[in-house]
Amino acid sequence: MAINWFKYSAPTTFYGLAGKLIPWFAISSALLFAVGLYIGFVVAPVDYQQGEFYRIIFIHVPASILSMFLYLVMAGYAALGLIFNTRLSSMMATAIAPTGALFAFISLWTGALWGKPMWGAWWVWDARLTSELILLFLYLGFIALHASIDDPRRADRASALLAIVGSVNVPIIYFSVKWWNTLHQGSTIKFSGTSMHVAMQQAMFTVLVACWLYAIAVVLARVRSIILERERNTTWINELPEVRS
Amino acid sequence: MRKTKPETLTDMKPRHKRFVFIIAAVAGLAVAVGLVLNALESNVSLYFTPTQVFNNEAPHGRSFRIGGLVEEGSVKRDADGLTVNFVITDRHKSIQVIYKGILPDLFTEGKGVVAQGRVEADGLMRADEVLAKHDENYMAPEAADALKKAEAANAAAAAAAAPASAPAAPSSAK
Repeated sequence: MAINWFKYSAPTTFYGLAGKLIPWFAISSALLFAVGLYIGFVVAPVDYQQGEFYRIIFIHVPASILSMFLYLVMAGYAALGLIFNTRLSSMMATAIAPTGALFAFISLWTGALWGKPMWGAWWVWDARLTSELILLFLYLGFIALHASIDDPRRADRASALLAIVGSVNVPIIYFSVKWWNTLHQGSTIKFSGTSMHVAMQQAMFTVLVACWLYAIAVVLARVRSIILERERNTTWINELPEVRS
Repeated sequence: MRKTKPETLTDMKPRHKRFVFIIAAVAGLAVAVGLVLNALESNVSLYFTPTQVFNNEAPHGRSFRIGGLVEEGSVKRDADGLTVNFVITDRHKSIQVIYKGILPDLFTEGKGVVAQGRVEADGLMRADEVLAKHDENYMAPEAADALKKAEAANAAAAAAAAPASAPAAPSSAK
């Protein structure tokens, strides 16, 4: 067939494609953030128990979902890099890690801000909170391990192993509220549906999509820098207009 | 590319070997972690239910947490305004709790609570910390009111339908 499915799996072609896609993802992310946060902070009604405090879910929940999802994507890319020895996969894994760590941190931080007025404690060592903290440490460990090995190919392989092993933690985070007694409440959004107020749902899903698009835009920008850095000795990089000038 | 299906591990391409190895390693690790967490069951849980306490599953002589609902109508404040008495229940067994301090905003009768402290010989828990546990429901106040009214109406209808039954249906309107 004429279509080459793997055309954009090479850094050479992907670099240009990523550059073209970034503005689209960035602009739509900004728009959706504005819409979602407006619905969440202005349109959505107060909660019958938690009053205005509940509004932190519009940041807390999308950040938590993204922190778990990005970890699986990162581990997936790391595994692809390990199995097929593709350069771009490992670069993608490296590019995703800081954004994932950011979302894990936002999730923990907003959770603490919520916990103090609602539960009466900034932090408790329950299964949900602890496993999310481990997720943050896995991200930081991945970044640190990658940075501590000079040879990028060896760094890729070592950190890929850590990423793959750590992916066992993600289902633990998700099911922790089901498996054990936790202070953290159970899932509101279940696979079988949700009982949430419609405006609250709209706000949460809009911000979730916005976070998603933000993550894609930032990861693409970061992977472009990684490509430039790692392939700096190749001819195609030195022939790029932005490099030559 | 490949002429025949690989029969053994030695016939496989390196990348297929790596793939199988990674899948096997992750599966093995998941099983190991699962077993460890299963063994740690009671240590991973944040609190014990009153039923577990009555079944002697909770630790003796040291501080632990009890979780459940604050029994309706059980909250009593002492004259000093700080000491609070209430009952934690799981609708099966109940435990009386005494706590001196500031309660979280969400602490209400009929809602989730987690108290940490020691259970003394008299069966009372002297709590050092009381945390509120909110549920996964998010509703507008009007929706919550409508739900309550519907429940009360249902209860009234049930009571009217069976006037002969001796104890009246518990009034949920509160």
